[in-house]
Amino acid sequence: MAFLSNLINGLSLGSVFAIIALGYTMVYGIAKMLNFAHGDVIMIGAYVSFVTITSMDVPPLLALLIAMCVCTILGVVIERLAYRPLRSSPSLAVLITAIGVSYLLQNAALLIWSSNTKVYPSIVTFEPLHLFGGALTIRGETIVSICTCIVVMIGLTLFTGKTKTGKAMRAVSENRQAAELMGISVNRTIAVTFAIGSALAAVAGVLYCSMYPVLIPTTGSIPGIKAFTAAVLGGIGSIPGTLVGGLLLGIIEIFGRAYISQDLSDAIVFAVLIIILLVKPNGLLGKKVTEKV
Amino acid sequence: MSQKQQTKMVPLPTDIIIPERDLGKQPVLDIRNLGIDFGGLTAVDEFTLAIGKTEIAGLIGPNGAGKTTIFNLLTNVYQPTRGSILLQGIDTKGMTTAQVNKMGIARTFQNIRLFGGMSVLDNVKVGLHNSIKCSMFTSMLHLPGYYKAEKAARARCMELLDFMGMADMAQYQAGSLPYGAQRRLEIVRALATNPAIILLDEPAAGMNPSETAELMEHILRIRDEFQIAVMLIEHDMNLVMGVCEGIAVVNYGKIIAKGTPEQICNDPVVIEAYLGKKGAGDHAAES
Amino acid sequence: MRLWKSKTSRQNLITLAVLSIALAVFYGLDSGGVLKRSLSGQLVPICVYIVMALSLNLTVGIMGELSLGHAGFMSIGAFSGVVAVTMLGNSIDSPALLMTLGIIIGALLAGVAGFLIGIPVLRLRGDYLAIVTLAFGEIIKNILNCLYVTIDADGLHAAMFNGMELSGTFIINGPQGASITNRISTFGTGIVLVMVTLVIIMNFVHSKEGRAIKAIRDNRIAAESVGLNVTAYKMKAFVLSAALAGAAGVLFAMNYSAIEPKKFNFNTSISVLVMVVLGGMGNLRGSIIAAIVLTVLPELLRGFDDYRMLIYAVVLILFMVLGANTRFQQFKITMKEKLKKRFSRKEAAK
Repeated sequence: MAFLSNLINGLSLGSVFAIIALGYTMVYGIAKMLNFAHGDVIMIGAYVSFVTITSMDVPPLLALLIAMCVCTILGVVIERLAYRPLRSSPSLAVLITAIGVSYLLQNAALLIWSSNTKVYPSIVTFEPLHLFGGALTIRGETIVSICTCIVVMIGLTLFTGKTKTGKAMRAVSENRQAAELMGISVNRTIAVTFAIGSALAAVAGVLYCSMYPVLIPTTGSIPGIKAFTAAVLGGIGSIPGTLVGGLLLGIIEIFGRAYISQDLSDAIVFAVLIIILLVKPNGLLGKKVTEKV
Repeated sequence: MSQKQQTKMVPLPTDIIIPERDLGKQPVLDIRNLGIDFGGLTAVDEFTLAIGKTEIAGLIGPNGAGKTTIFNLLTNVYQPTRGSILLQGIDTKGMTTAQVNKMGIARTFQNIRLFGGMSVLDNVKVGLHNSIKCSMFTSMLHLPGYYKAEKAARARCMELLDFMGMADMAQYQAGSLPYGAQRRLEIVRALATNPAIILLDEPAAGMNPSETAELMEHILRIRDEFQIAVMLIEHDMNLVMGVCEGIAVVNYGKIIAKGTPEQICNDPVVIEAYLGKKGAGDHAAES
Repeated sequence: MRLWKSKTSRQNLITLAVLSIALAVFYGLDSGGVLKRSLSGQLVPICVYIVMALSLNLTVGIMGELSLGHAGFMSIGAFSGVVAVTMLGNSIDSPALLMTLGIIIGALLAGVAGFLIGIPVLRLRGDYLAIVTLAFGEIIKNILNCLYVTIDADGLHAAMFNGMELSGTFIINGPQGASITNRISTFGTGIVLVMVTLVIIMNFVHSKEGRAIKAIRDNRIAAESVGLNVTAYKMKAFVLSAALAGAAGVLFAMNYSAIEPKKFNFNTSISVLVMVVLGGMGNLRGSIIAAIVLTVLPELLRGFDDYRMLIYAVVLILFMVLGANTRFQQFKITMKEKLKKRFSRKEAAK
């Protein structure tokens, strides 16, 4: 029963990883950059919802919406001010800027909300599920996060496949110059990508903090890196890959904690990253990219 | 050394374009049934060709025929799906681009790839890299051996630059050179690696007629003085017909004709590939 | 004289001379008791951060790859150095010899770690190196947090997770970190390490290896086509960079009586990165100056500490965005020319 319980917890954590990883994957696929600050957008989303819930008594769902709006705006502003000027710069410069943005968000949060740990009130209000006569308890958060993940995945797959903007995104990710020549605004498409990724980050932030109610300015960075690992594991740039990678990584983390060591759980997850890069650098579902000579 | 041990004895040259040249010797490059697929697309197929030790060979064909892909296969940038490449009798299968270069293939690029931030001299020195004998320890401490090696390298680089008429540009930044000079510098850099065969990918692209004429002289001199083979891709027919002793025509990844410039000029299959079927007869009649 | 002839070695000699004079002045001031206590306490850290910035510049500036785990290499150097010095302390009396051995061992182990981390990553494109080195820094911190090493008459004992069973006195005690019995780091050893680092890096950059690495950075495919084994050369630079960070770690640790694993966190890696970016990527002199300024400044400005990392973040973004802004670059060039004109006019007037 402990095994099943761990598995479900792993799936639930993995769902959150998958939602975060979507932000990485989409931005990486379309803007060809690693948005290092994505993890910190999660943290901002969590803080915003925390503030609205605790000090303004806003109902959780509305708080989630507010957090999503704030993060969307934040994501677009970051893209406009920090990343767009570097569109044609070497990737090293973009990466350093992204780290700068990540640090800026963390330290801004530190100044606004101080380093004191905030205890995050869960947004899930319904009772845990008791199965097998109480032998297996499934928390409400677990169910919500898994369901959210499924909804987000289906929604995003439909969006990129069916809508005009979604098709524009795929075109830009295939060939930026050609897309521009076809009349697609690359800047607008990338901005939309950031908006969607950041809104999802807010959702992930709320879910993550509902599961692990410790909120500090660096809350987002470790889940951020882990989600990136998930994206790499599944194959960066691929939406189904993100789902697979996220779920696998969540399970690996929970099982690592349960059966290997509590203290080394982060190390185990990162070791997974290094092993994938060694064995299958394109990820489980990623496609091989050949460089044009 | 392990590569040397893999040496296979090759039978007499099978497919030398010009039978007169290098007859009876082992060809420097012997390509057999080479082919590569990208996904479902066959980019190159049944490509068989041999190049003699001091032969100048041309590879022509319409755009998208697979010419550059063949160069990429020869330098192991891509690994072939089928077939084999024997470089001086040694199969290059599974080697890296760097290893193939050490074995004797140097190349230039269609879209120029220089080390733009470095000086012209340093670009050539990088080409000379593997022949500079100086351990990392010696160079880290700047022992006398370091200065000796650097001095020798510099002298050799200047010789090579002078050969292509670029000695006075040695201190310029490579990225700031005019187009024609950048193309020549790529050739110098390739020559610095001491190859047995040099592959030139559209060396005259973007050059004016007088620069092209100069380039033709350079190509002939490279063959004569270095005693190496040259294989070139080019759309400028004056250059191809002027310097090449043998020409292979590719279309849709396959060789459609091989022969001397005269043979190629009059080959109806070639004319068809370039001009289309209908006009082919008229054109052949005219020439 | 041969050194003076070539332009690059002349530049190198000037850098070395200026730096040694500057450090000698500091040394004189310090031993004369002129320096404020807060500043005098910063002398060894200044040397540590100069070495860190120089070594990171090798990866970021010369090789063009981003390493975010430099603090990890530093911590490997620090902890192994402490263990080595404590172990050898009984048999060796000379602090200078002890320190040298400690630094060599620390550098070696950090170099080995750099090699192991380089195997999977250096084959891949840039962004991955950043994230893997970051992950590596976290792994090292994680492991050091549950590593216990003790020493007694029988020698060293080590354990993971449960250190209570070990006999003897603790050298490394899990989250509480390492305890240093003899603090043998001095400003003098710091100066020597800085000089050695500078000479090694300058010579490396100007050797054929350095040229190869710059060529790979400029155009990887062309570098392969002229016979350069890309991974091997990246590895050389990366291992050298890691080893020097390890050496800096030993110098750093030996300056305190105790040192915790969490001291070598992501913040430290970022601070060093800011030094490299501020000094100019690939510019060794710039790294040195930035390392000195950024180590001394927080001590001089009170209340700066709260905003320090925020300002660092802004510095990183501004430098990159302005670096890509053509109008700003044009402005910089015109300003430079104006200054030059003014100077030349003055000289003409004389």
